[in-house]
Amino acid sequence: MDENLKREIMLENYMHPLNKEVVNDNTYIKVNTNNESCIDNLDIYLKIENNVIKDIKFMGEACAISTSSTSIMIKNLIGKTIKEAKEYITNFENMVEEKNYDSNILNEAIVYNEIYKQNNRKHCALLPYVGIKKILDNYQ
Amino acid sequence: MNREDFPMLKNDIVYLDNGATTLKPYCVIEKTTEYYEKYSANAHRGDYDISYKVDMEYENTRDLVRKFINAKHKEEIIFTSGATDSLNKIIFGFFGKYLEEGDEVIISISEHASNVLPWFKLANELGIVIKYVPLDDNLYVTIDNLKKVITNKTKVISLAHITNVIGDVRPIKEICKLAHSIDAFVVVDASQSAPHMKIDVQDLDCDFLAFSAHKMLGPTGVGVLYGKKELLENLEPTTYGGGMNESFDSPDEIYLKELPARLEAGTPNIAGVIAFGEALKYLENIGMDNILAHEQKLRKYLIDKLIKIPHIDIINLESDSGIVAFNVDGIFSQDVAYYLNKYNFCVRAGSHCAKILKKGVGVTNTCRVSIYLYNTESEMDNLVELLKDKEKILKEML
Repeated sequence: MDENLKREIMLENYMHPLNKEVVNDNTYIKVNTNNESCIDNLDIYLKIENNVIKDIKFMGEACAISTSSTSIMIKNLIGKTIKEAKEYITNFENMVEEKNYDSNILNEAIVYNEIYKQNNRKHCALLPYVGIKKILDNYQ
Repeated sequence: MNREDFPMLKNDIVYLDNGATTLKPYCVIEKTTEYYEKYSANAHRGDYDISYKVDMEYENTRDLVRKFINAKHKEEIIFTSGATDSLNKIIFGFFGKYLEEGDEVIISISEHASNVLPWFKLANELGIVIKYVPLDDNLYVTIDNLKKVITNKTKVISLAHITNVIGDVRPIKEICKLAHSIDAFVVVDASQSAPHMKIDVQDLDCDFLAFSAHKMLGPTGVGVLYGKKELLENLEPTTYGGGMNESFDSPDEIYLKELPARLEAGTPNIAGVIAFGEALKYLENIGMDNILAHEQKLRKYLIDKLIKIPHIDIINLESDSGIVAFNVDGIFSQDVAYYLNKYNFCVRAGSHCAKILKKGVGVTNTCRVSIYLYNTESEMDNLVELLKDKEKILKEML
């Protein structure tokens, strides 16, 4: 993908992120995710019904990479079963960590396929995934 | 000024994170090496020539510190690992024994974590009460506001001399006068003031004072704990071991050394302390008044330019030191810092370890420019040039 297009997609998701809103609904599970080495701090809210992710919202303060990555992750995970979501997350992590991955299922998230070149930004792209995994791994 | 003395400045960087740490001049670096190359022995062991030399050099720095802050006695100067260590020793070693349940300690919401968390810990352990002096519209501490929170239970006022986000100089002398009139103690975190202005602990009449060497051209891992002698005598060591005891035979028979050795257990950062002496001499040669004047002039120069940029929001329009906290409208502070980094500008983004400040200012994170003696007008020009074009920031921050 062209560099400028990647930047545009990230910027669009940063300036107008999907589902960035406060949630006061106890059918959502909440998790906080933050980076020790920087100042990103996000709350992620997840609604699961019958093993399917029905909705995800988030709130907080984070950099352009973290915020756009969260927005793109939300677009891709809503509607997926927990199993599908975990598969998607593993693929994304593999891409960021320069391992083998299936680019077909990542959709827009492949804009981060060269984030490994900026070592200090890798954790930004991964931030929402750290949070969402905490919920999915503990979900019975 | 004096840019040729700083090897780091040859690396094509614009260093504007002096509130976090400062660059080191050659004389400090060379003094560190001198210790390791010429008299690398332990301190307080004067049995042979080079060991004696270490003692002389180490104690010489103590005397330089004493003069630098105009302390009355040399033994009022204790070397620690940094201001955090100093504050912890003061708060746990002295106030941990002195304070009782219900006693009140006044701090402010713009304090650094190291002047908040130890007090929180004492609040949990002893049941002391933490109170906050309200800040005025400029986020300053005023005597009038201090009077509003003082009660007959106030035992300590613990404040930064200059805060690390706002950069305001607190009226410590007046605060000490007020505190002492009600028999309360004053602890001063001088981490952001000692590097930039003349400090006279006798004139201020503060009871304790803490600062770090690395924020004033010195090495990392060295700090100063100042306390009035009669108070230090009652500061219980938080660290026990070699170098601080006279003798010990059983738990009932422990004899400790006099000040300052009693509070400096273990092998200290000898190279660091010795090299810190060079930093102090270097600063004195330039003159603290000249340093502060340079920073204030440069700050005004920067503010006058930044204020004209509509998308720049300056958090601390008023400030007495070289700190400018700002945000670019609609862009997360860390993204601005990443963008500036692409042009080799080192600025800090975040809450600057003053995490409870956000409750008061309503701004969680900012970019912070903190100026020191080696910064120049042309660096400020270049910074302003980079911040002028918001589209450019948005385009290049990723």
